[in-house]
Amino acid sequence: MSDRARLPLWEVFIRPRNGLAHRHVGSVHASDAEMALLASRDVYTRRGEGRSIWVAPATAIAASDPDHKAEMFDTADDKTYRQPTDYHVPEEVGDM
Amino acid sequence: MYVRGLINASGDPNAAETPEQLAHFQDRIDAEEKIEARDWMPAAYRKTLIRQISQHAHSEIIGMQPEGNWVTRAPSLRRKASLLAKVQDEGGHGLYLYAAAETLGISREEMQDQLLSGAAKYSSIFNYPTLTWADIGAIGWLVDGAAIMNQIPLCRCSYGPYARAMVRVCKEESFHQRQGYEIMTTLAQGAPAQKAMAQDALNRWWTPSVMMFGPPDSDSIHSVQSMTWKIKRFTNDALRQRFVDATVPQADYLSLTVPDPDCKWNDAVQHYDIGPLDWGDFWKVVKGGGPMNRQRIAARQKADDDGAWVREAALAYATKRSALMEAAE
Repeated sequence: MSDRARLPLWEVFIRPRNGLAHRHVGSVHASDAEMALLASRDVYTRRGEGRSIWVAPATAIAASDPDHKAEMFDTADDKTYRQPTDYHVPEEVGDM
Repeated sequence: MYVRGLINASGDPNAAETPEQLAHFQDRIDAEEKIEARDWMPAAYRKTLIRQISQHAHSEIIGMQPEGNWVTRAPSLRRKASLLAKVQDEGGHGLYLYAAAETLGISREEMQDQLLSGAAKYSSIFNYPTLTWADIGAIGWLVDGAAIMNQIPLCRCSYGPYARAMVRVCKEESFHQRQGYEIMTTLAQGAPAQKAMAQDALNRWWTPSVMMFGPPDSDSIHSVQSMTWKIKRFTNDALRQRFVDATVPQADYLSLTVPDPDCKWNDAVQHYDIGPLDWGDFWKVVKGGGPMNRQRIAARQKADDDGAWVREAALAYATKRSALMEAAE
């Protein structure tokens, strides 16, 4: 087993430009938030990929369980009445 | 999501894998569904990916050394800036790949230990020395060219985090190959001594580059299973042929000669033929007998040792600060 100092893992989110949401791009190891921001800049924005960076400790992210994907998400598939295509509009009325 | 250590319960290596689980997994693969970090996967799929992604990451990190050797001696400021950017990219690629491997439940520290102990391998191409400036051109053109051939299909690999990392890597590699070819063009069109230097670099890098695709399909132990799992999309020999077909005309353009007397266009099959490769030499280098194996690991070990105090100090500072912040609240 390694005796090297273990730097915590941070998840990195980048806003490519104003008007777009921050998007998950990957992760970095860093001792604290400030170092994580600096490392993210070097690792993920070397070619102008971003105008803003968020970092969050990986341990702070709660995720849904993929084993329960079906219960979580499949029920949405049979609720077609939530889709605009489920409703009939007479052709004479035109686009709606 | 790149969250470490979140292996689902069924990822326990001791849990028996039922034929139904395996069949369902293969159905997902066959349907071109991506597998994500916390999805159920066979232990052997996980193991194969950890081996492949970590070797790939190690190759990027060790690959910084042969080129780093020439940063301070680049012939112009433009060449120096681009080489520095390229070496920095390789470091970045290593980090994306370590992060992708970590989603499978191995820590970056474990992978680094495996590299330093020799338990994990890296691409044997980096065990050759960079003797002249032309080697920097040849590496960008040939080694990065071969890497791109290998990596483009990996963007469609069945494992999501690996595929996404590869998309970024491939975007950046294109600059690497072009800068290498530009160096070769400048030398090949320069004075006779410069052209000779370019030819010498091609002579030394051609065969190791052609071998980067790995052993022939008939001897490749991991190929069949990796193809079934769609980790690999093309066989070693198919990718090698594609590389040779793309690269020989580029050498012709430079009026340089590929160091293989059997390398000829075969009109019947519409491909270039190449002569037999000495795989004994390849395996010797993989197993540690290459000209630079010891230096590469020694340099990596030194960087690791020299950086230890920085990591420790940064962590100590972060711990102290968060304690102060808590006390102040």
